[in-house]
Amino acid sequence: MSIPAGVIGEFKDVNVIMTAAQKINEAGYRKWDIHTPYPVHGLDKAMGIKRSIITYISFLGLCGGLSTALGLQWWTGAVDYPLNIGGKGLFDWQFSIPVDFELSILGTAIMTVVGLFGLCQLPTWYNRYQNDESFKKATDDTFVVTIDSDDDRYSAELTATFLRGLGAQNVHTVTA
Amino acid sequence: MKVQEQAPIREPLVLGNPSLHDITARIASIVESKISMKYLMTVGFTGALAAWGLFALYYTITTGIGVWGLNNPVGWGWDITNFVFWIGIGHAGTLISAILFLFRQKWRTAINRSAEAMTIFAVICALTMVLSHTGRPWLFYWLLPYPNQMNMWVNFRSPLAWDVFAVNTYFTVSALFWFVGLIPDLATLRNYVKSDLARKIYGFLSLGWTGSTRHWHHYEIAYMILAGISTPLVLSVHSVVSFDFTVGIMPGWHTTIFPPYFVAGAIFSGFAMVMTLLVIAREVLDLKQFITLKHFDNMNKIMLATGMMVGYAYGMEFFIAWYSGNPYESWVFMNRLFGDYAWAYWTMVTCNVVSPQIFWFKKARRNVPLMFVISIFINIGMWFERFTIIATSLHHDFLPASWGYYSPTWVEISIFIGTFGVFLTLFLLFSKFVPVIAIAEIKGIMPGSQPSHHHEHDHAPHAAVTEGAH
Repeated sequence: MSIPAGVIGEFKDVNVIMTAAQKINEAGYRKWDIHTPYPVHGLDKAMGIKRSIITYISFLGLCGGLSTALGLQWWTGAVDYPLNIGGKGLFDWQFSIPVDFELSILGTAIMTVVGLFGLCQLPTWYNRYQNDESFKKATDDTFVVTIDSDDDRYSAELTATFLRGLGAQNVHTVTA
Repeated sequence: MKVQEQAPIREPLVLGNPSLHDITARIASIVESKISMKYLMTVGFTGALAAWGLFALYYTITTGIGVWGLNNPVGWGWDITNFVFWIGIGHAGTLISAILFLFRQKWRTAINRSAEAMTIFAVICALTMVLSHTGRPWLFYWLLPYPNQMNMWVNFRSPLAWDVFAVNTYFTVSALFWFVGLIPDLATLRNYVKSDLARKIYGFLSLGWTGSTRHWHHYEIAYMILAGISTPLVLSVHSVVSFDFTVGIMPGWHTTIFPPYFVAGAIFSGFAMVMTLLVIAREVLDLKQFITLKHFDNMNKIMLATGMMVGYAYGMEFFIAWYSGNPYESWVFMNRLFGDYAWAYWTMVTCNVVSPQIFWFKKARRNVPLMFVISIFINIGMWFERFTIIATSLHHDFLPASWGYYSPTWVEISIFIGTFGVFLTLFLLFSKFVPVIAIAEIKGIMPGSQPSHHHEHDHAPHAAVTEGAH
């Protein structure tokens, strides 16, 4: 006995998918998604997606990188092994700038990628729709709507009819 | 939107008006097609160059850098020249992928992927040069601050220590940026290729990307942040490289113009290298549909602009040498014009300042064989720029008794040829097995691929068209 994974529908027109995204969101669905071959401007807003918190994660990376750089240069130069080189200060913020800058960038970049992977749960080498032919078109030329069966408003019949009404082609139920 | 509609029709960025599926099929066909004999022979040739360079490197490492032509006073020669040359080449990749992204220059989408790949390969070559010049590269970790039994730390007051941080950060960030950009395209290939093994490899590397809008939402912000931080990074890296010279007190090195001068030169040389590679790749991989004359036109304009900046810096160096009233500084610059290395100086000026002037003419900017030749000239000229800075300043230093002349041995020449072999081999492998054009980005700039108007406010009262049953 196969368990239903959800319902899938294809869209070709970018303006139709924009309207459809808004309608599905307004209908109260929560466990659903639109898979697109490229980022469509404004589709995330139409779906009702809240602004990503990734900027805060990146900022943490920046703070981490900067404090590491300052701490490292000050502690090694002025505390652990003070060494007079050409009469220069043991630690001065002026000469610390290049390393401060580079490590801030490095921290930001690493945390941005870590944040991206965390928020998108990458890598996940399995997807409940992965063997569906329609789903595979999402990385090619089709906007693919998926509504998961564990959504509170899901009903195999009615959800499919609803998607068809929004202009979806080839609407069908997928079993996992 | 209105303004754009009324403006004169822009030249299309992708020719032949392909459908989204055509784009997937076209780029994937490069990966899917059988490996040709011609390809194998080319890789064999570049691989042989790489192997020869690696042999020379092996000889250097096992014998010592005494096998190079370096002497007293010329302690830096081809090693550091090549290092600065390769790092500079990398900068165009970051410029194209990051700065042009922030400026919303849509034409970058056709060339950013290969330019970023070029960045990474160029930085690998640069790292090889700088590691081998240390003499004992197996002790590379001495460059890093780590607790050790000598209780010593690196000297953060030295630009050479800054350079370690700058170059390593640059390599890491470029690689992350490149890989993040690749994920959606690898997913496209995963779903497209027929071979089971290829599907598994692309499937593994694409990390299970599905094109989910929820993911794209995070992705686009992450990509923007990476572009945003890469922009100051690329400017900082070559500035730090120039500090290696400016903080020294050598006449010819000790000038404040170096950071901007080095950055402009880096972008100039990098664009020339992108041009050289793309002219070939466009022919061999038949990418004329995506890499159009408009792209080349734009790149030639950037080369003309940065070439003039470099020319301005050459002139300004002479002005300051005279205006500063420093006799050593003035003498070094006269020595550049007429001294032992005058041939290198004039090669540099001819290639970098004179040759790009042809790009004032639109006909020249769209003449592919001509721009290929000019790009080679610029590559040569920019190499000589670094050589001029390093060798002419060093060979006649403060003590006339130690004045000398430097020429490379076969070992240094072989290593340099070898870096080209490594660079080209990696680029060939990339162009065969990785999507050379950013597929998702190209699709996003196709006419009609983005919604014609946003639906945020206008349709609010129409909520009645929802499901009746719930």
